[in-house]
Amino acid sequence: MAKELWKGNEAIAEAAIRAGCDCFFGYPITPQNEIPEYMSLHMPQHGKVFVQAESEVAAINMVYGAAAAGKRAMTSSSSPGISLKQEGISYIAGAELPAVIINMSRGGPGLGTIQASQADYFQSTRGGGNGDYRTMVLAPQSIQEAVDLVQDAFDLADKYRNPVLILADGMIGQMMEPIEWKQRPSVELPPKDWAATGRHGREKNNFVTSLRIDAPDCELHNVHIQSKYDRMAEEELRYETIGCDGQEPEIILASYGTTARICWSAINRLERKYGIKAGLFRPITLFPFPYDQLHQIASRPGVKAVISVEMSQGQMVDDVKLAVNGAAPVHFFGRAGGSIPTVDEVADFAASVVKGGAGK
Amino acid sequence: MDFSVRDLSLPRISIIVGHTGSGKTEFAVNLALALAEHCPRPVLADLDVVNPYYRSRERRDLLKEKGIELIASSQACLDADLPSMPAQLNAVFDDPSLTAILDIGGSVQGARVLARYRPRILAQSQGVYFVLNGCRPATSTLEGALISMEGISQIMGLPVVGIINNSHLGCETTVETILDGIALAEALSLETGVPILCHSAEAHLACQLPPQSSPVFPMTRYMKHPWEL
Repeated sequence: MAKELWKGNEAIAEAAIRAGCDCFFGYPITPQNEIPEYMSLHMPQHGKVFVQAESEVAAINMVYGAAAAGKRAMTSSSSPGISLKQEGISYIAGAELPAVIINMSRGGPGLGTIQASQADYFQSTRGGGNGDYRTMVLAPQSIQEAVDLVQDAFDLADKYRNPVLILADGMIGQMMEPIEWKQRPSVELPPKDWAATGRHGREKNNFVTSLRIDAPDCELHNVHIQSKYDRMAEEELRYETIGCDGQEPEIILASYGTTARICWSAINRLERKYGIKAGLFRPITLFPFPYDQLHQIASRPGVKAVISVEMSQGQMVDDVKLAVNGAAPVHFFGRAGGSIPTVDEVADFAASVVKGGAGK
Repeated sequence: MDFSVRDLSLPRISIIVGHTGSGKTEFAVNLALALAEHCPRPVLADLDVVNPYYRSRERRDLLKEKGIELIASSQACLDADLPSMPAQLNAVFDDPSLTAILDIGGSVQGARVLARYRPRILAQSQGVYFVLNGCRPATSTLEGALISMEGISQIMGLPVVGIINNSHLGCETTVETILDGIALAEALSLETGVPILCHSAEAHLACQLPPQSSPVFPMTRYMKHPWEL
């Protein structure tokens, strides 16, 4: 099929419909508004449910309810709205339900700005709400990748009975890129025999809850949930490297989403302007984070340093330090509050690190 | 390649409308820069209340450097998505010495802002031009393009007087992409009786097109992604 030019938010919404999303519950906030707008028009056309909820809190709890009934449910928002959803996300994770959540993140804290940001990394990868839980976090850098990841997200959510978060930034939602709608292989998924859809001849109703009032029982539940995250780390790690294999980079840029694309351009500029060979390590799963894979690259002879490049004041850099674990010095370069690093800023900073002494 | 913006015989006020993602802003910025070479007082009014990103006001410095006055929300509101119209827009209607391009937000929602100015627009030498991108899913068929063009025209209460074929796939645009767009634009023109103002394409592609009956406007991409700057 011929490629089409799609806006990120609209493409993500269409991808969810193609992935069999049964129910979408949302609430407006820039820069993700085209997702609920698209869903409001197209979900009913497919005989599916669209509800503009009265708040973000309501929307995520509608997702909780629909997911408990075995439906493929999704919500989307942007940073402040995602903060509001955290209670519901914690309950969904505690109740072991599949759900897909899109964060088209913007600058914070608080209401911040409507411009693109990556300052929700901590919130996304460390759980965000109360209790010992994690969401699987997928970070696209292009609209094609966003479309593919959204469709994967529904399968991964079903496979692990856990919420999956697509962490994109406003730039991904607002830009236009050519995409191709690929024929996707059918994935075998476990039956939803836990769904609260009636007794169906069983002795007891299925009961969906995050309440485990008995402490030993609650601990066992936590251990069980943790074992799923261990399995994710074994089976679901995704990342990409550029300029790392057979090219002996002096410096590694670690970056995801929009800033990874800026780093890609910065790698070319480093070579042209400074004669420095640089490589890119781009995690696609932010949780689970590909720690060992980054460690191996940082441990190669010739690598002088690793720089975490982000649209934040330094969040993923914590995981980069855990991954590198002393194999090379780790530096950070970031712009915050809706400002986007330029290719020159990244290249110049990386060059100063290679020449010695820059950064923290 | 022979192209002069004079070949387009534009009125004093050119109103650029189209579906979201048709490339209105890129075309409007290119048109403003081309007009700046011939017109003493060019003005570009960024009236996009739909998109929070990729608006012509982001090219404020370039426009200023070329002597083009930018009318947009105040600097304080540059990053806000407020549906407010800048007061300076009145100058476009009041001052006949200005040559103006109005860059309107996408689709019906974006075009709605013009309805309040309808009587003042009709009193001017003006034209509404519909930017068509055949690679956008909503306007990839004649039916879709018709719905988009007629919807925008209706909400503004102003007729479309020219079609700008700006069919493109971003960085993956080929000559074939543009030729498919030309065929769609010609079908839309035939169906509606609205003439094609021009076909627009990046200069390196425009020069590869076979001769066309309508002018071919070679463009430069100014509305770039952060990693292209």
